[in-house]
Amino acid sequence: MRCMWCHNPESQEETVNKVEKKRILDGEQFLEDITIGTWVSKQEIIDEVSKDAVFYDESGGGVTLSGGEPLMQPKFIESLLKSLKNKGFHTCIDTCGYAESATFKKIMPLADLFLYDIKLIDDVQHVYYTGVSNELTLMNLKLLVQNEKEVIIRFPVIPCVTDNEDNLEAVGYLLKNLGLDRIDLLPYHAMARNKYQRMGMKYQLNEVPEPDNKRLESLKSFFEADGFKVTIGG
Amino acid sequence: MDLKLLLEAKQQVQGQFIAFKHLRISTKIVVAQKNITMNERIRSLREESLKAINKISAERAVLLTRFYKSKEAQKVSLPVKRAMAFKYILENKKIWIGREELIVGERGPEPKATPTYPEICLHSVKDLETLDSRQKVSFKSGEDTRRIYHDEIIPYWDGKTQRDKIFSNMEEAWLQAYQAGVFTEFQEQRAPGHTVLGNKIYSMGFRDFKEQIRKTLEGLDFFDDPEALNKKEELMAMEITADAIILFARRYANTLESLAESELDKNRKKELQEMTGICRRVPENAPRTFHEALQYYWFVHVGVITELNPWDSFNPGRLDQHLYPFFKKELENGSLTRERAKELLQAFWVKFNNHPAPPKIGITAKESNTYTDFTLINVGGLKQNGTDAVNELSYLILDVVEEMRILQPGSMIQLSKQNPDAFINRALKIVKTGFGQPSIFNTDAIVQELTRQGKSIQDARNGGASGCVESGAFGTEAYILTGYFNLTKILEITLHNGQDPRTGQQLGPETGNPKGFNGFDELLNAYEKQIKHFADIKIRGNNIIEKLYAKYMPAPFLSLLIDDCITNARDYNAGGARYNTSYIQGVGLGSVADILTSIKYNVFDQKKVSMDEILQAASHNFEGYGELRNDLIYHTPKYGNDDDYADAQSVIVFNMFYKAVNGRPTPRGGTFRINMLPTTSHVYFGSVIGATLDGRKAGMPLSEGISPFQGSDRKGPTAALKSAAKIDHLKTGGTLLNQKFTPQLFQDEKGIFSLAKLIRGYFRMNGHHIQFNVVTAGILRDAMKYPEKFQDLIVRVAGYSDYFNDLTEELQEEIIRRTEHDGF
Repeated sequence: MRCMWCHNPESQEETVNKVEKKRILDGEQFLEDITIGTWVSKQEIIDEVSKDAVFYDESGGGVTLSGGEPLMQPKFIESLLKSLKNKGFHTCIDTCGYAESATFKKIMPLADLFLYDIKLIDDVQHVYYTGVSNELTLMNLKLLVQNEKEVIIRFPVIPCVTDNEDNLEAVGYLLKNLGLDRIDLLPYHAMARNKYQRMGMKYQLNEVPEPDNKRLESLKSFFEADGFKVTIGG
Repeated sequence: MDLKLLLEAKQQVQGQFIAFKHLRISTKIVVAQKNITMNERIRSLREESLKAINKISAERAVLLTRFYKSKEAQKVSLPVKRAMAFKYILENKKIWIGREELIVGERGPEPKATPTYPEICLHSVKDLETLDSRQKVSFKSGEDTRRIYHDEIIPYWDGKTQRDKIFSNMEEAWLQAYQAGVFTEFQEQRAPGHTVLGNKIYSMGFRDFKEQIRKTLEGLDFFDDPEALNKKEELMAMEITADAIILFARRYANTLESLAESELDKNRKKELQEMTGICRRVPENAPRTFHEALQYYWFVHVGVITELNPWDSFNPGRLDQHLYPFFKKELENGSLTRERAKELLQAFWVKFNNHPAPPKIGITAKESNTYTDFTLINVGGLKQNGTDAVNELSYLILDVVEEMRILQPGSMIQLSKQNPDAFINRALKIVKTGFGQPSIFNTDAIVQELTRQGKSIQDARNGGASGCVESGAFGTEAYILTGYFNLTKILEITLHNGQDPRTGQQLGPETGNPKGFNGFDELLNAYEKQIKHFADIKIRGNNIIEKLYAKYMPAPFLSLLIDDCITNARDYNAGGARYNTSYIQGVGLGSVADILTSIKYNVFDQKKVSMDEILQAASHNFEGYGELRNDLIYHTPKYGNDDDYADAQSVIVFNMFYKAVNGRPTPRGGTFRINMLPTTSHVYFGSVIGATLDGRKAGMPLSEGISPFQGSDRKGPTAALKSAAKIDHLKTGGTLLNQKFTPQLFQDEKGIFSLAKLIRGYFRMNGHHIQFNVVTAGILRDAMKYPEKFQDLIVRVAGYSDYFNDLTEELQEEIIRRTEHDGF
């Protein structure tokens, strides 16, 4: 997917990017190459997350694989999840759902929780704003539900794009039918605009405002009235 | 939610049942909140206390001097003379009672009128002028006051103070190191304090203490005990101070009685009559009620801080534990309501705020530049039998802390693994309001620290933390802090072959020119030798100073209060307490770890730069070495990121310091120990150190406590806590860790939950203490620009909170720099 509002555009390609960063120290300017993204081995990740084991134990927390889209690297994710499970960590995948169903079938038993993005139900709009059809995403969501996996829906609140009445009702209707009851509302923010600039990419949502609290609260009430448990921010 | 909003909301949702039900609940909350707001009386007492101006009062100095000049004073032994002086002051000082006060007793002639202690430290007229005019932590003094000092006080005490005795007894090496900023000395301007009251006053009156004294006197053995006469004098002195405090309370009772007679308001009249009765009863007799218990403690507090100027002041310690039996009994029999209990506690709170720390000058002002006198109320923790001690009063006290929002007293919660989550969550909801209280301590670690030092498990569980973060057995231990120890300065000296580069003085042994070091270990060896050298100097000095206090400055009143001074017939300052500990406080652990890591990484392991070049760069304060400095700051491993490469150095240095100090004997029969806290000394210590090899520029503050250097923990709070937990906290008597969070993080239950679990995680690794600053850098910058708009802004400095406006500019800058964590 290539969502126009993506705030991690650097992870849309499976490459390591280099950008130049300015740093000012005592009035002197330093230009430095900063690499965005880095190749790591499974063991490095395991070592890093194991450092915080004491805090997972206290909070019931664990490891969330996020991105970009973690399922862009299905084999690695599968093997990583296996190792994490072996270590006894709680595992969670933050995904847009755009991956082969075969991949989902493989990782389903290894992930305890899915944070699952639902953006637009109208497929024409979905194609327009994200570059791909939502068919696969919706199919995979059904698959998770059929297998009784724990799922929290993440719904990005993008004014003029996702928060129109038709889309909201469609989202509510779909989730209700699937028997899902938890939604995180993710308010759109434009903080990534600089990233696009730095990476020489075009930011297409310059006109879109950030949603205000009042709007978020009313969306929250809207979904709550339908019996959903809703969190703003997630 | 305020009421108006609520009404608007109500109109909007009329007819909707669910919403209405929800509203009903909200309305209830509003009512409940109304109940817990402070009443008019407390509001005005609090305002008066906030408005009162800190000034010097000559009252105590005048009375003390008059007594010392009197004939009676010449006839008696030293302990008795001290006791009689104490009695003379309490007999003759002005009685002050605030208009609506519920707890009475004032150290000076009015709130924030602060006495001096010329027998310890004599202020010159110039000192008084400096105190009067300095911008931060000032004490006003009029012409009259200064004339009294000039005519009466200074001529008598000049050359006779403890301060004079201390400086004239110190060896040259001590004086040089002290001047260079290698260490500080707490007792040069203030008497040894650092103790906390246990539970004995809640079941015994001073009449009972006198009975104990009599029994001990009867048991003295004049045949075989060569100390018997000294013991007799000490016990007589204690008895005189017991009479003095009873008499002081009676003077208050008499004044209250006459106020009651002339009072027209019926309610207040009744209140004044009640207070008269209370002051006749306590502290002579054991308290029977909640009000009596608070009033009793307060008289004791005023007594301790009038007798001498102990550092830290004094402290009721485990207030929720001590008062709970009274609270419970009186709630049951109907003689007390929760509202009244809270009002009394709030009135009690105001009394602490009326009593700033006595004025400090010179280096001592730099190391602890604050009005705070470090009273730290302990809430929660464990009972003596090892079970969860949190009770209803613990929560009520937290309500008081939240509503009062005043500088003093400080407050903390003791968090044991046995305490419920509801308790820590409640405390964090106060932390998030952003005035730095309460700080959070690990009871289970404190108990292990104290038992490791040889205390009984019961005494350890009755203990807690006081001052900034210091562990102590309350009611039974004299745990005296003796001075800050500048670990970073010593590393600078090591890197200059024993010389102080600022002055060229040879302060330490020649441990080799670092340019000739063949490996990192050679540097570590040299550093360890220097640490040992300066620790020896400090300890030799301490041993003399301790003896000077034992010999010349007994504290018979304080001795009555701390077990087992009475039964040992020995003064608090001479080792009379059951446990005696002397602490040296290490400062700059994060900075030292970063400097050593920088050398290991850049010079020895990566060979990016030669020792010669990096030292050159630092000696030029990095002028012309911008690129190198950029590398040192941004491309060198740093302590605070859970990176063993860097954190290893903090552990090495900690162990060196521990080895140099821990376990050595003190003259009063105690033991030297270490703890890791700075108050504000990391700013002073930084000011005497040139540029350092971690990229810090000359004169800038050092890291504080065991926190990472300001801004160098970039991997989030879990990593910072992991790093901080790598030293063995249980070998200390306290460590201090500061973390700053923006208020957003606490906005919802989830944020509170995460923070609570973060703390639990740190404590599982034996972390001793953690405290939070919850403010945005933006707010602080505004506060620097527009101080007048932020007069109520309290921030956590280091082990205590202070008004942002009262901090020096460097300290303000530093607080802004401290890493802000935006999320987990």
